[in-house]
Amino acid sequence: MSLLKEVTSLIRKEILLEWRFKYAINGILLYVVSTVFVCYQAFKSVDPTTWNALFWIILLFASVNAINKSFVQESRSRQLYYYTISSAKAVILSKIGYNILVMLLLSAIAYLVYSIIFRNPLGDPVLYFLVVILGSMSFASVFTMVSGISAKAGNNSTLMAILSFPIVIPLLLILIKVSKNAMDGLDRSVSTDELVVLLAINIITVAISLLLFPYLWRD
Amino acid sequence: MKHYWWKILAILLLLYSIIMGILGKVPALPIVHETIRNVYFHVPMWFAMFTLYLISVIYSIKYLSSNDPKHDLVAVESVNVGIVFCLLGLATGMIWANFTWGAPWPNDPKTNGSAIATLMYLAYLVLRNALEEEQKRGRISAIYNIFAFPIMIVLMYILPKNTDSLHPGAGGNSGFGDFDLDGSMKAVLYPASLGWILVGTWLMTLRFRIRKLEYQSHTAAD
Repeated sequence: MSLLKEVTSLIRKEILLEWRFKYAINGILLYVVSTVFVCYQAFKSVDPTTWNALFWIILLFASVNAINKSFVQESRSRQLYYYTISSAKAVILSKIGYNILVMLLLSAIAYLVYSIIFRNPLGDPVLYFLVVILGSMSFASVFTMVSGISAKAGNNSTLMAILSFPIVIPLLLILIKVSKNAMDGLDRSVSTDELVVLLAINIITVAISLLLFPYLWRD
Repeated sequence: MKHYWWKILAILLLLYSIIMGILGKVPALPIVHETIRNVYFHVPMWFAMFTLYLISVIYSIKYLSSNDPKHDLVAVESVNVGIVFCLLGLATGMIWANFTWGAPWPNDPKTNGSAIATLMYLAYLVLRNALEEEQKRGRISAIYNIFAFPIMIVLMYILPKNTDSLHPGAGGNSGFGDFDLDGSMKAVLYPASLGWILVGTWLMTLRFRIRKLEYQSHTAAD
């Protein structure tokens, strides 16, 4: 129970910090909207497969940029302070939780802007939106751990990309496939297998992050 | 004799698999024809790679709990040798694909998955180079290694299973067991796999011993 309390108060702290400066969140929202505009200006109209792939690529890069910062905004001494007052599990859970919230907001806005500007008929909008939500949660859980690793290794953004892209490719492949199914309006039973694999990958990554973060945190 | 019996066994198994692989009886199949013999060389590469990555992840876990630099060295050398086997597996696969599927790199999920898994392990090596302090390097790369291992399994063994793949045993294709009715191919394939796994482990231990000597002379000089 105390872990839950620690996690919620840490998430509240993250949101409060972000709310005070609004720098990261505004920056990343602007990034998404301008990327959507660049793609729109460059492509004008695209076929459904490209539309889908483009959306996920935009979301992928936006999420890497959003989550990349999650361990570096705070100074070392403040991290040391967290280390003394809370457990490592609470820290990683709160980071994952906060990043999931950010990604949900980000992907909802990206989806909205993208589908308004870039008009494209969706066969099953509810399932598509569900896949977007699941996808942003999976990006958040994978990238949080990887950004923790790359932050310890001097945090250059090249390293973050090298480390995270191969890991996220299986997720991305499944997401593109399921969202294409949703786009074509296929029966939902076609996609259940993929959704189960997606959930399983999510659970595995969160579990491994929980197990490994205490070793990463200790420094 | 007690220590190196398995090295002799590895050489004998490889000799057996090469001789029997080239001279042995294989089922006559369309399209594949005699290239089916490549199964004795292509498949064992992946078995060896998987074993080495497994050794690597086990030693990474051991390193996290023990902080013994030797465990870290075993983990990194297993990955080094594992990557070589993965590249060999890709090379033999590409030669084979050129004859049977018409192109060296058909858009096949298993092929793509193994290439991506290789990128992941190359990223592990890059991560190691990015870290200078020895203990930190061992710990952080061990964490990444453990994190990458289940993703590798998903990429190479789970995703190709439920998509359309050219590889046998995936996407509703029949596996090799269906052609090999009298078990004559299994009699070569399994010893060959064991042989290559042992050779891979042998290479790994050799590299590990060199690294250990380097490490000891390095720390002694300080």
